[in-house]
Amino acid sequence: MNYRTLSPAELDALQEISNIGVGNAVTSLAQLINQRVEMSVPRACFLPFEEVIALVGGYEELVGCVSLRVLGDAPGMVLFIFSEESTYRLVDMLMGLPPGSTAALDQMAESAVKEVGNVLTGSFISAIGMMTGLKMITTVPLFAFDMLGAVLTSLMVAAGRVEDQVLVIETGMFNHNDAQIKGHFFLLTEPGAIDRLMAALGLGAGQA
Amino acid sequence: MEPARDRIEIQVGIADYKIAREPGQLITLGLGSCVGVSLYDPALKLGGLLHLMLPDSTQFSNVTRPAKFADLGIPLIIGEMKKQGARLSRLQSKLVGGAQMFSGLDSKMTLNIGRRNSEMARQMLQQYGIPILAEEVGGNRGRTMIFDTSDGRVLIRMLGSKLKVI
Repeated sequence: MNYRTLSPAELDALQEISNIGVGNAVTSLAQLINQRVEMSVPRACFLPFEEVIALVGGYEELVGCVSLRVLGDAPGMVLFIFSEESTYRLVDMLMGLPPGSTAALDQMAESAVKEVGNVLTGSFISAIGMMTGLKMITTVPLFAFDMLGAVLTSLMVAAGRVEDQVLVIETGMFNHNDAQIKGHFFLLTEPGAIDRLMAALGLGAGQA
Repeated sequence: MEPARDRIEIQVGIADYKIAREPGQLITLGLGSCVGVSLYDPALKLGGLLHLMLPDSTQFSNVTRPAKFADLGIPLIIGEMKKQGARLSRLQSKLVGGAQMFSGLDSKMTLNIGRRNSEMARQMLQQYGIPILAEEVGGNRGRTMIFDTSDGRVLIRMLGSKLKVI
């Protein structure tokens, strides 16, 4: 089974949804930490698995990954992947520590990162839900801090997304003061979910 | 412990397998819940490495890559090894991977696919009467597996740990 290719209008819509979702997420994060957070315009596209790995780093690169499942009308999974360095800076930021304080993850740090994922995902998904009128609910976050390849493949398998091909991708970055935090944001949808999103936006109806 | 640099490295992708002769090194990166299965015919110094993702293909209606599944991938790689002259009676195996990468409370996501992968791999190998000489499975760490066809050794790389040999 393959994903159908999206028309330019649909890609635009996907990009727009992503922009709004990420914008909303970043605002929530800024409120959480009471500091300014910026984002770069995300890119919405479909990529094969290998290219996703290349986009973030390499198979063996140490990354922090928060994931939440999305339930409801457009089911799927949301992932936030941060480089090792960014994961530490994220912890600094959340704990109100000077940048550079964190150099390893303990339980406390882990739950802080999970919470960021929770807040970002929750606001991302609710923005999309609001815009489309679709019902979308997120589950509790999961966390891993390990090799990128191991983390991504395990998630795809657990999510039942074993089609080695495409994920729906979103890349967002956010900077915070001097501490650069770089994160990649991915939305893995179950078959049919993108069609439902498009239909809810009045696009792509009637296509297979 | 670091392998010599002049060896030929052959990378095995996800849901794929490769076969090599001495002095080839078969390597697969970032095994999480996936399992790497090495097969070795010491008489020929012929090795095969399979990177499987899921235990059971019968749960899926259309299977495009048999190497993705333990139940199809293992027979497939054994068949290919035989074509290269390997004898079933000489084959020996090692297993790496099958971890539970994620911590959290979402029980649907923490269903232990890693463990089911390694169990199915064992079961399949047993059906063929292939002994498993060593295993490095389970846990919650990602692993890279490097299989040296000159002596059948398997090296395991984990982040922040020393290279381990099985």
